[in-house]
Amino acid sequence: MKSPIMIRVKQKQIAQLASLGKRLDGRGLTDNREIQLEVGVVGRAEGSARVLLGKTDVLVGIKIGVGEPFSDAPDKGVQAVAIEA
Amino acid sequence: MSRKKPEKLIDEKDVRLDGRGLKELRPIKIEVGVLGNADGSAYIEQGKNKILAAVYGPKEAHPKHLAIADRALLRCRYHMAPFSVEDRKSPAPSRREVELSKVIREALEPAVFAEYYPRTSIDTFIEVLQADGGTRCAAITVASLALADAGIPMRGLVSACAAGKVEGRLVLDLMDAEDKGGEADLPLAWMPNLNAITLLQMDGNLTIDEFEKALNMAVEGCKQIHGLQKETLKAKYVAVKEEVEE
Repeated sequence: MKSPIMIRVKQKQIAQLASLGKRLDGRGLTDNREIQLEVGVVGRAEGSARVLLGKTDVLVGIKIGVGEPFSDAPDKGVQAVAIEA
Repeated sequence: MSRKKPEKLIDEKDVRLDGRGLKELRPIKIEVGVLGNADGSAYIEQGKNKILAAVYGPKEAHPKHLAIADRALLRCRYHMAPFSVEDRKSPAPSRREVELSKVIREALEPAVFAEYYPRTSIDTFIEVLQADGGTRCAAITVASLALADAGIPMRGLVSACAAGKVEGRLVLDLMDAEDKGGEADLPLAWMPNLNAITLLQMDGNLTIDEFEKALNMAVEGCKQIHGLQKETLKAKYVAVKEEVEE
């Protein structure tokens, strides 16, 4: 848990750096984080991809299966999204 | 399930579907410290199994009434990603996952010096990204490494490996096809330091003689896995040492 004082100090630091055109991790104002993309990571999934954006790491898998459509939309499929945080 | 079942899981020369011998483990790749936000983490690839484990703690136990006065509360969640198996698995915890979470926790509990951290909780999260049989064993192997990576004092690592019977022959480290098409599966978790078994389950039928042979095979498998676990942990600190010396 960060104390309110620490937050304010950090805020000031970020503002100071920004006025100099810099950021906490050493990037410039318009620089993006390093990005790495990869597909076909999970063999069991019909489709899968992984993205590494700085220290953010996200893995997505797609499964396709046959199911019964809802009775009010007999010609449409269903998409289910689940997020694991 | 539309996948065609192969007629033979083991050929005349005792070679298995993936080219392994009877007493051979699948190729294993282990990494520790893969996650930045967790206190400890590890990742294992055992054949086609891909499993990630994260450990948080020791930290204040929430909800507070769960805290134990004289030791840490160990919690464990085993979860399979919806895309980890052939037919999409609902992300909600299934009966199987709840049971595996419990047996994995019980397999790890004897290893942890829980009495060093009273009133805290140590939470282990195991995420199966891709499953191909023997995930409970791989999960125990990787979770014990994640605990060690979190710096939690332990009596030793826990290594786990399964043995079983397929087409009348005893085999080590069953994969999915062998598990489904075989006669018996015997998952074992073993602590080499204490020479103690922390998990032993059996699915199917074995004679007493076969059971003893399979158990010894599984112990041998655990020994090999223990070697890999130690190597991985040591390699991490060698890398850190080199970084400091630079």
